[in-house]
Amino acid sequence: MQDIVKVSNLTKRFNQLTAVNDLSFTVKQGDVYGFLGQNGAGKSTSIRMLLTLITPTEGDIELFGLALNRHRKEILQQVGAVIEKPDVYTFLSAYDNLKLFARLSGVRPSHTMLLDRLELVGLANRAKDPVKTFSQGMKQRLGIAIALVHNPGLIILDEPTNGLDPQGIADVRNLILFLSREQHKTVIVSSHLLNEIEQIATRMLIIDKGKKLVEDSAAALLNSADTILQLNTADNEAALDILKGSRWADHLKPMRNGQIVLRLNKEEIPQLNRFLVQMQLDVLLLQPRNNLEDYFLQITAGKQHVDPFTN
Amino acid sequence: MWTHLQIELYKIFRRPRTYLAFAAITALIAVIQIGLLVDGKEYTDFVMADFAGSFTVDGKILNGYFICYVILQLLLVHVPLLIALIAADLISGEANMGTLRLLLTRPQSRTAIVMAKFLAAVIYTLLLLVWIAILGLLVSMWVFGTDDLFLMKSSYVVIVKESDVFWRYAGAFCFAALAMVTVAALGFLLSFFAENSIGPIVATMSVIIVATILSTMNIPIFNTIKPFLFTTHMITWKEFFDFKVNDANEAIIGSIQNPDKIIRSALVLIIHIVAFISAAVLVFRKKDILS
Repeated sequence: MQDIVKVSNLTKRFNQLTAVNDLSFTVKQGDVYGFLGQNGAGKSTSIRMLLTLITPTEGDIELFGLALNRHRKEILQQVGAVIEKPDVYTFLSAYDNLKLFARLSGVRPSHTMLLDRLELVGLANRAKDPVKTFSQGMKQRLGIAIALVHNPGLIILDEPTNGLDPQGIADVRNLILFLSREQHKTVIVSSHLLNEIEQIATRMLIIDKGKKLVEDSAAALLNSADTILQLNTADNEAALDILKGSRWADHLKPMRNGQIVLRLNKEEIPQLNRFLVQMQLDVLLLQPRNNLEDYFLQITAGKQHVDPFTN
Repeated sequence: MWTHLQIELYKIFRRPRTYLAFAAITALIAVIQIGLLVDGKEYTDFVMADFAGSFTVDGKILNGYFICYVILQLLLVHVPLLIALIAADLISGEANMGTLRLLLTRPQSRTAIVMAKFLAAVIYTLLLLVWIAILGLLVSMWVFGTDDLFLMKSSYVVIVKESDVFWRYAGAFCFAALAMVTVAALGFLLSFFAENSIGPIVATMSVIIVATILSTMNIPIFNTIKPFLFTTHMITWKEFFDFKVNDANEAIIGSIQNPDKIIRSALVLIIHIVAFISAAVLVFRKKDILS
């Protein structure tokens, strides 16, 4: 697969603050590339550098095999983006906004093509309405239509589900999957909502404080040997005391939602189960959790305080 | 860039705010015209009071050319505010709406974006002046008729022959356009430093007010900087109405008393425009878009 994005040693400093620190990653053709990190981790700054909104302090960016600083125009003709909020001209209609940005992207779209794009994001019936009458979700969908209007090969969506209701989040998720699977677009999605990314990403990059923590395929990250195990017994306090006095003590993590949490190798789960039975503990729940949030907690454990991710 | 210019003009003229300036000018000119139509005789008697014993005037002082001169004197002081409303909003307004970042992700160079926006501001400014010319000159000529232009200076009177007036207005409007484009360039430059429109609009007007005060105050310490202030040269349009006289003290038709002053002032204004726009390009090319 061809490298669509190749970032090498990217750094951005704002006076004393290093927002992005020696970041390198590669996005391959056809990827839905999850760009993950907490608020303030450096995701938006990195994405803005990919879009030439911010000039890097150091490092190189190549898109479609071309250096961004030398081939900005050719590259941006192949890129569509929604950055944080989908701000458009509110005094214009959805149709007029789409037409305006299409022309700025170097295409002269037909009426049918514009309506097709609006249809794709479910706004065809509101095409002529002023954007100031739109909900946040509708604006977000219009932003995505604008990103797609010139048929780009790479789509960059920075926090595309911000401010959306659950239905809106699901719509955006389905749209990204459609673009990837049906239209074979390469998509970079940044988000702090890990469970959303988990459902769509084929590869992921997790950054924290501007630095890369890990980059790999979603399957590899989610199927790592270590797993988080949730344990619930009839008497959790007694169970915890027994575990603390056993060889499992080193595997214990802080309790979550009143349940005991352990981090251990998958192959050790049956041994733990046998131990609990031997200790005559009534096991109500023994559930391995391999979601991205748990993985994130694993790799950041001991490095920082991690706030719970919220929906 | 032509496409981008079209888009910028489209955006400017789709906003209701744009038409406020045209509406304000229409209202102001109408008020002046109606006032002079109803009570013009008293007005001319008042301004002629100092000369009443010296000579009598044969003809119609209160004609379209005279009305237009009054309008220009009153209006050109206030037009900068109307221009700043649009020019100072061109970048800051986009930053405030959040559309600037979307605009800059399109395959257009930043220099092209600056130039397209500035040209759009220039076209808006020129249209505003054309509108003033239509209402202030043509409508006044239609309503009040035409005759010799009678101008009262501080210590003398200038009478411009009717046949010699119109081209002078054409020159005066062209010069006023250059002065107003300078204001547009200043407002446009200041719009790069803020993420809301109010700041650059207020800043533009503040700069103009301070510079105008410095230009008009007769204090020696300020006299050295006066020639370099664009506000000193903004009123040079009046030079089009000063003509040369022959040995018999008769006006030479088609002459201007001090054409060098007009050329010098025009050059100073052009240098200001180039400096403001060059600074805008430099600032914008290096600007990180964080909004």
